[in-house]
Amino acid sequence: MKKRKGVRKSLIVTFFAIVIAFAALIATNVLDHAEDISLGLDLQGGFEVLYEVEPVDGESEINRELLTDTVSALNARIDVLGVSEPNITIEGDDRIRVQLAGVTDQQSARELLSTEARLSFRDVNDEVMMDGSDLVEGGARQSFDPDTNQPNVTVQVDDATLFGEITRDLLDRSAQGENILAIWLDYDEGDSFEEEIMKEDSKIVSAPRVSSVIQSRDVVIEGGDFTVDSAQELAGILNAGALPVELEEIYSNSVGASLGERSMELAINAGMVGVALIFGYMLVYYRFMGIIAVLTLSAYIYLVLVVFNWLNAVLTLPGIAALILGVGMAVDANIITFERIKDELRSGKSTISAFRAGGRRSLSTILDANITTILAAGVMYVYGTSAVQGFAVMLIVSIIVSFVTAVFGARLLLGLWVNSRMLNKKPRMFGVKEREISEL
Amino acid sequence: MNFDHEETKLDFIKHRKKFFMFSGIFLFVGIILLSTLGLNLGIDFESGTTIDVLSDEPVTANEVMEEFESIGYTPDDLVLAGDNNETGRASFIGGLTQDQTLEVQSHFEDVYGNTPAVSTVTPIVGEELAKNAIISVLIAAAGIILYVTIRFEFLYGISAIVALFHDALFILVVFSIVQMEVNIPFIAAVLTIVGYSINDTIVTFDRIRENMKFEKKVKDFDDVARVVNKSLVQTLARSINTVLTVVFAAGALFVLGGEGLRTFSFALVIGLVAGTYSSLFIAAQVWLVLKSRQLKKVRHRKVEIEEQPEV
Repeated sequence: MKKRKGVRKSLIVTFFAIVIAFAALIATNVLDHAEDISLGLDLQGGFEVLYEVEPVDGESEINRELLTDTVSALNARIDVLGVSEPNITIEGDDRIRVQLAGVTDQQSARELLSTEARLSFRDVNDEVMMDGSDLVEGGARQSFDPDTNQPNVTVQVDDATLFGEITRDLLDRSAQGENILAIWLDYDEGDSFEEEIMKEDSKIVSAPRVSSVIQSRDVVIEGGDFTVDSAQELAGILNAGALPVELEEIYSNSVGASLGERSMELAINAGMVGVALIFGYMLVYYRFMGIIAVLTLSAYIYLVLVVFNWLNAVLTLPGIAALILGVGMAVDANIITFERIKDELRSGKSTISAFRAGGRRSLSTILDANITTILAAGVMYVYGTSAVQGFAVMLIVSIIVSFVTAVFGARLLLGLWVNSRMLNKKPRMFGVKEREISEL
Repeated sequence: MNFDHEETKLDFIKHRKKFFMFSGIFLFVGIILLSTLGLNLGIDFESGTTIDVLSDEPVTANEVMEEFESIGYTPDDLVLAGDNNETGRASFIGGLTQDQTLEVQSHFEDVYGNTPAVSTVTPIVGEELAKNAIISVLIAAAGIILYVTIRFEFLYGISAIVALFHDALFILVVFSIVQMEVNIPFIAAVLTIVGYSINDTIVTFDRIRENMKFEKKVKDFDDVARVVNKSLVQTLARSINTVLTVVFAAGALFVLGGEGLRTFSFALVIGLVAGTYSSLFIAAQVWLVLKSRQLKKVRHRKVEIEEQPEV
């Protein structure tokens, strides 16, 4: 039995192995993760508009379908702008929020969005054959060819006779290969079919070939290259073009790229200074346990970045706020545990039993404190909008990660040292003075 | 057992009435201030007009401001936008009339050669955000009372919520006094403090609950007071260390975080101070008062039962 009283070096080796492995992991990819995080408008710069969707005639009702159709129409327009990650969301019953991060030309972006979808049907010489008002509202949908099972788009026109004439006219020109009815979104004077059809982000959303006279209100657009997605998109655009809606701007916000960048830089620097101060304080006050706290806090910051990335969440200023609160809660979990261990040491317990009792007794405290805060964050997520929601997501992620690192991480690392018996009879390492210790 | 910090003479209980008085008066005066002076609401919460001034060259905020002032207008807010800061966005709370707008437009056409884009904004978004935030806090408060009632006891839940509203209101009052402009990140700061306040209070209550279990007899006010004071002393180191570390982070943001984060970090610092104060001097004391009343009632009932004449 006496043999077991010696120092168990293997545990210390395990400790360093874990720390070095984690440090290596952080060092290799923390920058990748940090760069991958999508930044909100307030940090990156960009442009945001909130539209209220109003029926043109004041009669039609705004419903979910109408809203989703409007969103696909807006999406199709933004494609033309070449924005990498447009964020278009439906809010409430009749609002659409468009967020364009990193847009260079805000003025034209705004003009492009606020005009209604102008849909026109033209021949190859850009002569107007018909326009969006000739379509039946909400009459376009994606379906499948009954014979080949290929995705296609069915659309309803108002006037079968008119469409019959158009198709007859185009069919007559099939010898020259001009039997094409190009569907344009937002045709501008000067645009031409030859040029536009070659472009990648073309204003021509589809250019179906007319193969027979269609004297009917129901029209089928089919093509070999339709996928379910592209057919759905076209149906959405056609519906939006026939939308009896007006988009009224009720809120807009723009942040200059340089302003956003600067506030990001300042916030990161300030955050680093704050974290450095916390590290310094923990080391001075808790001595050896402070080292453990510094290690687990570093792991916390890294893991929050990873989880946040993995959730594809957007980091905004309120998100940074939640991150800071999370740092506070992670430190707090450490402090609660360490104070408990100190209490137990002062009461005269051995290092090992103080560590065990301190860990056990602090767990329920930390659990209750964290659960109540998650409860509050959960409610904010469910009932809040945009900025409040972003804050809540970050807060929930932070609390869970801080719980894992500060409770399990800290316990594992500190446990290795304690169980190795290296710290036996060294209360000063825990910030406890010998004279404070009472006899049991 | 001889805890070092049990020897301290700190008494958090004796002066509780003074703390209640202080908070009560401060918040009462604050509510009067809030309802008369109100908060200095930014463009996020007010309707108004925004004018985007476009230049072909990069501009500075000062330049654009001076241009506005030269024709007698003072924008409430001015931010630069565009890749090279060639756009200035000026916001006017309350809005401009048609004539005023035209005057501004023609002036900037002369100066920069471009017609400024004018749009009106409504405060719907900011108002809704604030409304939703308030509703969320109220629902969260109900949820917390429920959770704490199950895990602890109803009275703890009530006291925790008193502290929570104390802290949130404290920030609002301070902002009403200093008249700093309130924006959307301010709401996030208040929510952060709500989260912190709950956390902080629960940790103290957890220790009170634990110490109550060790007590053999808790009969009257003095017994409960002793337990509460002991618990507060025991968690004092934790309370101070935790708030210090969070203040380090929030303070660094306040000093170094730039203009965009100033309102936010100031609200955080104020809230942290209020949160710590209420955890040490308000929350547990409110519980103490409620608990001792409850004990008194139970004792009265017992006495009454004992006094029933036997048949």
